[in-house]
Amino acid sequence: MSLLDVRDLSVVFQRRGERPFAAVDQVSFTVEPGQTVGLVGESGCGKSVTSLAIMGLLPKRGNRVTGEVLFEGTDLLKLRPDDLRDRRGRDIGMIFQDPLSSLNPVIPIGVQVAEVLERHRGMDRRKALREARELLDAVGIPDPDRRLTEFPHQISGGMRQRALIAIALACKPRLLIADEPTTALDVTIQAQILTLLKQLVDETGTALIMITHDLGVVAGLCDTVNVLYGGRVVERAARHELFARPRHPYTHGLLSSVPRLDSPRGERLHAIRGSVADNIPWVEGCAFAPRCDNVVDACLDGPPPLEPTATGGDLRCNNPVSEEVAVP
Amino acid sequence: MSDPTTRPGVGKPRTGDTPTDQPAEGPAADGQPGQPGENPTGQPGDSPAQRRERSIGRLGDRKRARLDELARATADPGGVSLYRDALRRLRRNPVAIVGAVIVGLFVLVAIFAPLIAPHDPVQRFDELTRDLTVDSIPGATAGHPFGSDPLGRDFFSRMIHGSRQTLFVGVLATLIGLTLGVLLGAVAGAFGGWVDVVLMRLTDVMLALPSLLLAITLVAMASRSSQWTVIFAVAIVSVPIFARLLRGSMLAQRESDHVLAARALGVKERNIVLRHMLPNSLTAVIVQATLTFAVAILDAAALSFLGLGDPDINRAEWGLMLGVDGQRYFEVRPELAYYPALAIIVVALGFTLLGEAMREAIDPKNRR
Repeated sequence: MSLLDVRDLSVVFQRRGERPFAAVDQVSFTVEPGQTVGLVGESGCGKSVTSLAIMGLLPKRGNRVTGEVLFEGTDLLKLRPDDLRDRRGRDIGMIFQDPLSSLNPVIPIGVQVAEVLERHRGMDRRKALREARELLDAVGIPDPDRRLTEFPHQISGGMRQRALIAIALACKPRLLIADEPTTALDVTIQAQILTLLKQLVDETGTALIMITHDLGVVAGLCDTVNVLYGGRVVERAARHELFARPRHPYTHGLLSSVPRLDSPRGERLHAIRGSVADNIPWVEGCAFAPRCDNVVDACLDGPPPLEPTATGGDLRCNNPVSEEVAVP
Repeated sequence: MSDPTTRPGVGKPRTGDTPTDQPAEGPAADGQPGQPGENPTGQPGDSPAQRRERSIGRLGDRKRARLDELARATADPGGVSLYRDALRRLRRNPVAIVGAVIVGLFVLVAIFAPLIAPHDPVQRFDELTRDLTVDSIPGATAGHPFGSDPLGRDFFSRMIHGSRQTLFVGVLATLIGLTLGVLLGAVAGAFGGWVDVVLMRLTDVMLALPSLLLAITLVAMASRSSQWTVIFAVAIVSVPIFARLLRGSMLAQRESDHVLAARALGVKERNIVLRHMLPNSLTAVIVQATLTFAVAILDAAALSFLGLGDPDINRAEWGLMLGVDGQRYFEVRPELAYYPALAIIVVALGFTLLGEAMREAIDPKNRR
C-alpha cells in the first residue's frame, strides 16, 4: 500500500456569478514510504492548491474538493475536522514558502517548536523546550540555546527556514510536504536548505512531496516527478528518465529553458511561447496547445488521456517529443 | 611556522587542539567557501576565511576565550520582542518624549497629590470669603496662588487633587472599554459568520451616534448619578471602537501565513485564536487605548461640566471646577476657568501625542 494515494483530486473554485474554475483537475499520484516525489509546474498550475487540499487547509467556502486522498488507506477528505487536525503536524508535516511570514512574529522560536510537541506528543513545556533545543541543533542552527528565546525577525532567512523544518519534523511525520521551501531564500542558502532536507529525509525515512517550479531542486532531490500543467498531470516519470528524455513538449520546453553554462555567448535564452493566460480549458482540448511547438489537429479534439509510457511513466500528449531528441 | 599572522597579539605558541570552535554566526558558516585544495601548506594565496581559521586554531586558550567574549558582546541580546523593539524606537521620537513627560508628570502629581498640594482640598479658609460681596471671589493671595473658590477652598490644591479624579476615571473607563471591546472584537473575529454580522451591526449602531451624546444619554438613563455612571458611560462609548479595531486585525490574522502554518501543524482552533491570532492583533488595540484615554478624560470632563457627573461637591474635579466656578465667575476671574481647562487640554494632548507616537513605533512597516 502506498503511503499517500491521491486519486482524481479536483479542486473547483466557485464564486457566485462567475464560471467555476478548476485549479486542480483530476490529479492522481502516489507517494511510497520514504520516497521523494516532485510536483513541478509554473505559477498557477495548481501545485500549492494540491498540497493545501491534501492537508485539508483550503478555505471552507468557495471551493469544492472531490476525489480521494488516501493516507495509509484512510481518506483524508472524509475525516472529521478534529481527526484531520490530529493528523496534521503528527503524520503529515508541511513547510511553507516564506519562512518569515510562516512563523508567528510575537512568539519566541523555541515556544513555536515546543507548541507542536505539546500538541501531538503530550509533552509539558519544559520537556518540549529541551526537545526543541535538540531539534534546532539537528537542523543545523548554531547556538540553539540562544535561538530558543529569540523572535523570528532576529534570525536570518536561512535559519528561519531551518526552524520551520524543525517544527515540521518535530513529531517525525511519515510525510512531509514542502511547498517551494527555497523560493524565498537566496541561492547559497537554497543549496544548504536542500542539502539539509535531503539529509533529514534520508535519516528519518520521511516521504517528501516537493512542490517547486525549480527544476534544479527536482534534479537534486526527487525520485519521481509529476509535471503539472493547467491543473492536470501532463507527464510523470522517474527523475533520470524525465531529465534524459522529456516526452511532453511542456517538460521539454522547461528543460530547454534552463540556462546552461556551456551555451555559446550571445545566444538567446530559450523560452516557451506565450503565457498561462493563453491556456484553453481542458474540455476543449489540450490546455497547452496554444503554446505547443508540436501541436496537431487532435490536440483540439478534446483532452488527451494520461497514458502509461514504455519507461514506466505516464504521459498526456498526442504528439510527444520523440525519444531521440534529447535536450540540447 | 613562519606565516606572519594577520591578528595582532597572537604570540602564544599553538596549542595542539584541532577543532576550532569559531563562533559561527548564521548558517553561512556551514557552507564552507572555497575548497581546501591546492595550497595545503597554508601559504599566502588561500582565502581569508582559511587564514582566519588557522590563526584562530593557533590561539592560546586565554586569547580564544577573549575572542568568544568579544563575539558574545557584539551579538545582539537574545529575545528582543516586538514591544521592546517598539520601545527603542519610541525613545528616539521627540513627540513621544513630550507626550511621555506630560503623562508622567500628570501621573506623578496624581499619585503624590496629598504631598504636593499645600492644603486639604476640602478645607475652607473662611478669612478669604468673609468680606466678599455677591458675585465676587477672592483672587490670588499669599499661600493661595490660584485663589480660592466661593467656599474658600484653596483652588491650587483642588487642581492638584483633581488630577487624581481624572486619572481614576480615565484609567477605569479605558480599562472597562478595552476589556469589553476586546471581548466583543475577539469573538466576532474568531467566530466570523453570523456572530460577526450581529456584533458588528451592533457596533455600527453605537458608532452612528456621536459619542458624547451617547454618553449623556447613558448617564441620563441612570437612576442616580455617581462617578461610576460617568466611568461606565465613557467606557461604553469606547467599546465599539476597540471591538472594530480588534475584529479587523483578527480577520487579517486569520488569513495570514503563520496561522495557516499553525493549522498545518494541527494546532487546536482555540489555541490558534488565543496564541496566534489574538497576540498579533493586540498592538493596534494597545495604541488605541492610549488615544481612548485622552477621549475619556475629555468626555468625563464634559459630563461633569454639564452637571451630569458626581453630585458630591467636596470632590475636586476639573470638569466640575470649570463648569461651576469657572463659568460663574468668568467675568471677574477668568483664570478660574483657564486653570482647569488648560489642565484638561494638556493632559489630553499628552496622551494623544504618546498614543500617536506609539502607533508609529509599533507599526510593523517601521520595523528593522
